[in-house]
Amino acid sequence: MLTWIAGFILLIVKLGLVLGVLLLLAAYLVWVERKFLARLQIRYGPNRAGKFGLLQPIADTIKMMTKEDTVPEAADRIIFLGAPAVVALTALLMFAVVPFGPTLMIAGRQIPLVITDLNVGLLFIFALSSLAVYGVALGGWASNSKFSLLGGIRGAAQMISYELALGLALVPIVLLARSLSLVDIVNAQADYPFVVVQPISFAIFVIAAMAESKRIPFDLPEAENELGAGYHTEYSGMRFGLFFLGEYVHMQVFGALVAVFFLGGWRGPWLPPPVWLLLKIMLVALIMIWIRGTLPRLRYDQLMALGWKVLIPLALVNIMVTGAVSLL
Amino acid sequence: MPCAGDPSELQAAALRTQDRSFMTLYAVVFYILAAVILVATGLAITRRNLVHAVMYLILSFFGSAMLFYLCGAPLLAALEVIIYAGAIMVLFLFIVMMLKVEAPQKKVFPARQWLPAAGLGVIYLVVGALVVFSDPGSRVTLEAALATPRIFGQYLFQRHWLSIEIVSLLLLIALLGALYLGRTKDRGGTPEVEDQS
Amino acid sequence: MATAWESVRALASGFATTFKHLWRPPITEEYPEYKRPLPVRSRARIILTRDPDGAERCVACYLCSAVCPVSCISMQATESEDGRRYAAWFRINFARCIYCGFCEEACPTSAIQLTPDFENCQRDILKLVYEKQDLLVDHQGKDKEYNFYKYAGVATDVGAKGAHHREEKPVNIRSNLP
Repeated sequence: MLTWIAGFILLIVKLGLVLGVLLLLAAYLVWVERKFLARLQIRYGPNRAGKFGLLQPIADTIKMMTKEDTVPEAADRIIFLGAPAVVALTALLMFAVVPFGPTLMIAGRQIPLVITDLNVGLLFIFALSSLAVYGVALGGWASNSKFSLLGGIRGAAQMISYELALGLALVPIVLLARSLSLVDIVNAQADYPFVVVQPISFAIFVIAAMAESKRIPFDLPEAENELGAGYHTEYSGMRFGLFFLGEYVHMQVFGALVAVFFLGGWRGPWLPPPVWLLLKIMLVALIMIWIRGTLPRLRYDQLMALGWKVLIPLALVNIMVTGAVSLL
Repeated sequence: MPCAGDPSELQAAALRTQDRSFMTLYAVVFYILAAVILVATGLAITRRNLVHAVMYLILSFFGSAMLFYLCGAPLLAALEVIIYAGAIMVLFLFIVMMLKVEAPQKKVFPARQWLPAAGLGVIYLVVGALVVFSDPGSRVTLEAALATPRIFGQYLFQRHWLSIEIVSLLLLIALLGALYLGRTKDRGGTPEVEDQS
Repeated sequence: MATAWESVRALASGFATTFKHLWRPPITEEYPEYKRPLPVRSRARIILTRDPDGAERCVACYLCSAVCPVSCISMQATESEDGRRYAAWFRINFARCIYCGFCEEACPTSAIQLTPDFENCQRDILKLVYEKQDLLVDHQGKDKEYNFYKYAGVATDVGAKGAHHREEKPVNIRSNLP
């Protein structure tokens, strides 16, 4: 019983830590994005709230919390209210299987630095990322506005298409690591990170991950110059904030996944493992922001052609080659 | 559930199940999930708003996935969510949203249509109940087991490789059929333009 | 293959451009600390100017009020003893004004003019309703020379009939000689 209680307390502590770090990082990722994007465009970015605008995320949060939470009269009320939670929740839950360090030994007890080591961890992530579509699609539908509906439809089509490429890009990783558990995948990269042997997979995964998190150049679901704000046009206040939070947590999750699958996860010299994971997440996030600052939005047919005619066939060929090589 | 995936824990639970005859925690969870699935499916087939029906069906698939997880098949649970809740239902939702189907008016189906269906349903229910209650296996509590992805894959692809190949051939045929149907007659222009002229 | 190489090169040049921008100093002008001097013809707060003699230019012709797309200008015309028309009261509701400058274009006397001074927010919306004394200024604005009544042909304190610029003597209505 005592061990059970100790385990439970440990789990709560880990959950709290991960949630706290994630939310704080999401808030400051917004700041980083605005600053970095501004410098790419020869601007300063936020610099009024606090030194270097460091209090900007707090100011934004207060603003969104105190804003009126409007529900359109023609909206499907329950689905409208629930959709933002789906986006934020699925993004946060994905972090449950990401390992952020090796197993610690404290006072003779093993403490794995992961919330839960599922033996189908990779599939768990896919399950959640395929459920994240509902937040976008239902949010767009329930708003009962044509812009939202178009955004929702685009979001559903885009995320379904890129889900496939995302999954196929990871099959070679599973072939190499011989496991679906994220802990085992990181352990399999003890000698070298998988990006060395799987550069094509890496490229496909990064592109598909950006499409999944609906960022420029794949932000068709919210294309502001055609659709207002796409699927979240009708949202205001903290419900819009949840969509926003979901997007930035998504960015971190995909940073963490790129790190876990291709860059060796928490592995790295000198610094403690969680710091290495954080550094890698930030690196991926910065590159995503750089891409946002450089590329224009794709046209819808280009988006579909890239997904179905380039990424998926390439991923399939990559799987065949990897399988053949690992059999030899 | 901090350690529901732990095999030793599940085996211990199974032992406890055999020792005592009253409901274990797992049984309670099972019945709650079963009730949720039944209610969600019932709501799904009675809703007139198609999006609501899709939502309830997703809930039902979720319940099934959790049932799989409870029975020690995390791989099947994940696949259930990815394929059914995550892909197929999104397609349903997509089509409902695309076509903007209005909820149909309430109407009474003629007895000629629903009587055979109801009759078949009742027969199915009776036979099912008879099978469940006549089978002694139904009274023995289920042994908890854990099918890891590796074991599951070996079982599926070594013992049943021929069936897998046949099923995949079926899917290939469906794919080719869809490709054939979707192909435009004339490669020069889109069919919509031709229809208008 | 050639097109693939081309597109890779195009992508790389794009990323190189943004990367180079990263190291350039920002060109942002930080507003409250540095106020960029605006061109004289930029359109913001509206004023009523005076002619070089120091008299009001506005003749209360209602043209600005008529042309205003948001109907934010209102006035009441009256006439002084010496024959000048002027506005008894003149009111602009800056809460409605869209600073289009149509009033300035319509004005025959160069009285109403827009200035570059744009910093006039108020917390109370009624403080944005400007009366004549708020609008009237003591200079000629952008048009330094113009004095309407010197061309108008109306007998006022500026001159009797026939004494204005480019004006012929009045016709003697009691004689039909040329």
